[in-house]
Amino acid sequence: MNVDLIIILPEIILLALACLVLMVDAFSKDPLHLLTYWTTQASLLVVMALVLFYFPYKAQVAFNGSFVSDYMSAILKVLMCGITSVVFLYSYEYLKEHKFLKGEYFVLGLFAVLGMMIMTSAYSLLSVYLGLELLSLSLYAMVAMQRESKAASEAAMKYFVLGAIASGMLLYGISIIYGLTGSLDLLTISERINVDNVSHMHLIYGMIFLIVGIAFKLGAAPFHMWVPDVYQGAPTSVTLFISTAPKLAAFAMAMRVLVDGLMPLVSDWQSILIILAVLSMATGNIIAIAQTNMKRMLAYSTIAHIGFFFLGFIAGTASGFSASMFYIISYELMTMGAFGMIILLGRNGLEADMLFDFKGLSQRSPWFAFVMLCIMFSMAGVPPFLGFWSKWFVLQELVASGFVEIAVIAVLFSIIGVYYYLRIIKLMYFDEPDSMTTIKTSKKMHFVLSINGILILVLGLAPNILMSLCLMALAG
Amino acid sequence: MLLNNLPILSILIYTPIIGGVWALIVGDRQEQTVKYFSLAVSIITFIFAVILYCQFDPSYGGMQFIEESDWIKAFDIKYHLGVDGIALPLIMLTSFTTILVILAAWEVIEKHISYYMCAFLILTGLMNGVFLALDAILFYVFWEAMLIPMFLIIGIWGGPNRVYATIKFFLYTFLGSVFMLVAFLYLYTTVGSFNIEALHDAPLSLTVQKFIFVAFFLAFAVKIPMWPIHTWLPDAHVEAPTGGSVILAAVMLKMGGYGFLRLSLPITPDGSAYFGDAMIVLSLIAIVYIGFVALVQEDMKKLIAYSSISHMGFVTLGFFLPFSIFTASGSSSGAIMGMEGAMMQMISHGFISAAMFLCVGVMYDRIHSRMIKDYGGVVNTMPYFAAFMMLFAMSNAGLPGTSGFVGEFLVILSSFETSFWVAFTAAITLILGAAYTLWMYKRVVFGEVTSESIAQLEDINMREAFILFLLAVVVLIFGIWPEPIFEVMHATVEKLIEHIIHTKIL
Repeated sequence: MNVDLIIILPEIILLALACLVLMVDAFSKDPLHLLTYWTTQASLLVVMALVLFYFPYKAQVAFNGSFVSDYMSAILKVLMCGITSVVFLYSYEYLKEHKFLKGEYFVLGLFAVLGMMIMTSAYSLLSVYLGLELLSLSLYAMVAMQRESKAASEAAMKYFVLGAIASGMLLYGISIIYGLTGSLDLLTISERINVDNVSHMHLIYGMIFLIVGIAFKLGAAPFHMWVPDVYQGAPTSVTLFISTAPKLAAFAMAMRVLVDGLMPLVSDWQSILIILAVLSMATGNIIAIAQTNMKRMLAYSTIAHIGFFFLGFIAGTASGFSASMFYIISYELMTMGAFGMIILLGRNGLEADMLFDFKGLSQRSPWFAFVMLCIMFSMAGVPPFLGFWSKWFVLQELVASGFVEIAVIAVLFSIIGVYYYLRIIKLMYFDEPDSMTTIKTSKKMHFVLSINGILILVLGLAPNILMSLCLMALAG
Repeated sequence: MLLNNLPILSILIYTPIIGGVWALIVGDRQEQTVKYFSLAVSIITFIFAVILYCQFDPSYGGMQFIEESDWIKAFDIKYHLGVDGIALPLIMLTSFTTILVILAAWEVIEKHISYYMCAFLILTGLMNGVFLALDAILFYVFWEAMLIPMFLIIGIWGGPNRVYATIKFFLYTFLGSVFMLVAFLYLYTTVGSFNIEALHDAPLSLTVQKFIFVAFFLAFAVKIPMWPIHTWLPDAHVEAPTGGSVILAAVMLKMGGYGFLRLSLPITPDGSAYFGDAMIVLSLIAIVYIGFVALVQEDMKKLIAYSSISHMGFVTLGFFLPFSIFTASGSSSGAIMGMEGAMMQMISHGFISAAMFLCVGVMYDRIHSRMIKDYGGVVNTMPYFAAFMMLFAMSNAGLPGTSGFVGEFLVILSSFETSFWVAFTAAITLILGAAYTLWMYKRVVFGEVTSESIAQLEDINMREAFILFLLAVVVLIFGIWPEPIFEVMHATVEKLIEHIIHTKIL
């Protein structure tokens, strides 16, 4: 078999399986879509196994340098499939409870995963763009799926229009870089930037558009406007999806474009990212305080986390990028748990996404209140939870690169952030519940959510393995 | 001997933590089991602390019982524990106080007794961890993790304004601590290690030392607390349940002092010397100004909270006197005396403030008021209680023969070596302390029975009498014979003074 095809095999299989799921769903008459659901889960498992089976111990490039399979991409792909699998598990419960269980949801989800995987392995600007569009288009449709909901339609519209602008910006940046260097291939670009006859100013001009595109997709301030509206308006299971696995892909995209492609311009993009990071931390943390809707609050908290996440890039070293990777992975774990809790609390087709829905949770369900406590303290960055280590790692690299002032600014904003996380704990533990209705949930969801919470604590006590993994992923 | 091979420091940390988790699992339904189990765990912890004390070699000033293993290899972060003469008395204090707190909660806490026990036991383990950690990041993890149980204790079992108080407490202490984290990270990049002992020996320039000192200062001064960043303490004390106030005053405040001794002074001796006079001034302001503030309080808990701040002023005074003493006299004996006095003050304040808060707790459980004006003539109905409280009030005022006297006296004595006026100002506290404590005591305990509810008071029961008796014994013993404490810390303090009077600037 052609070597190129083996390198891209997981993606090809995923594409085939996604089509298979579509077919299965078209011909199955089961109102519960059980077959579709289980085929989807099996597909993710198969892809995960394939990635692990063909684990790239050294980087392999395919298709004339537009596709790469390396340590980082393999780890990210496995995580994406794993996270999406959990997201689908939560989603299934949610969609069933809210009575709009549709097979397309899972098909679109699989296509989104395919897009993410391509982004992760993209080694030329064109494949970055292709992956990104595949991901984004699937997400637009998923947000819009709840047709009766006005908020969801509005969110989808906003997401689509703003996302399209971002894609346009990105494409414009790509075209400028192409015009200057004569190549779309990231490695060639980075080689040619060093050649004298490429105008530095024009390169920066193009780079800014690329960064705007990336910042848009990640939701960094001042390109964050869509985040709160989409997070709040979309069905919770979709919000959960948007806020988890695609962030890993966005990290990969940032890595590919900024580090693999534009590393010669590091001092230029560092200073731009500093502005983005500080603005994001400020906007996210301060505006989150005023929110009364849990999903919206988490949206602003995401913006703040993205700001922190950028700090690792600012450090500009391999271990700094590892810190960002560690940050985004631990952020996924926490945010998955947090949205899982919102799904858990909602019942009979009603969303439980207001802050007061968490009132007195410790009396209604001591265990889940404890899980949420772990998640909230972790997001706030209090040891011994995982969130502390992700902040610690990023700050460590930042200080090591000499950006002590920015580290101080970052910790100051994270203190502001602590306040709104503490407020959730206050609602759960210090307030009386409005009603004592017990929380009913499926065993699967109960199990997975508990594992999620425990993992945040256990990884916080022993962050060693995950840290080494991230360091290894980017060492080569 | 079998005991020699035990990782006794880890046992001191994990016995209460595992015990606490188990108490949570047993749950509220088996109330009696949870109570007796928690008491047993706290007593076992204390027994281990006593074993540690017996096996400790007081003639050696360095770290003993060292445990070391890898934690995060990539950054050379170690699980590194050790105990010296500064940490040991604080460990004893922590494990002793936990027993009292658990006894004090026996019939008083009605809501979620298993949560309560769990929170306090875990808190004890984490506090022991802070005193034992020898790796900066391990220290930080214990230091911050400790906030979580305390946050919940004040928030769940506290008074009407508990939410405000507990969030204020959390944010204040968190704000201070994160700067310490940045300082640690900076030290790691310059020194290349998170090992606290390695940081002690690392040379640093004066500018760097100044910045690091300020970062540490923010963390520890909030915790102690020093004027003017003390405002969280009265709020937290007033709203916290009795047990919370006891732990807060007896142990948590000591962490700030411990932080100065373990980190600020040895890592940044020149920075500390540079800011030494400012620290002395802040300490004196705390001693005198906060003393006056305590005088006008109408809430008993608030009064004791302010008195704590004032007393902790002596601790910081004693810690930062050595620099000016050494410049003035050139000998280190006065410096050692001042620092030992400050240490003694920490320990003794732990017992006395615990006792005072327990006394207020005893009255609060009966009348459900902390206001001085609601009381009067308590001695007529509660004579035994009045006797105990008399003793504690006297020791709070620094009466010779009680432990409260020893530390204050030593600090004042050593401050004469730097300047008469420092000593004079510090000594004002002997008058002020007597004034606010005894005046409160007079208004609450003596006089005519003022109200119906006072007339119906019942005297302390066996459990309460036992708790207060224990504390009374300790306060008197250390007042008359403080040697057991001085003995274990002498070598360590000597080593510390020797270390800090030498410059680290290259």
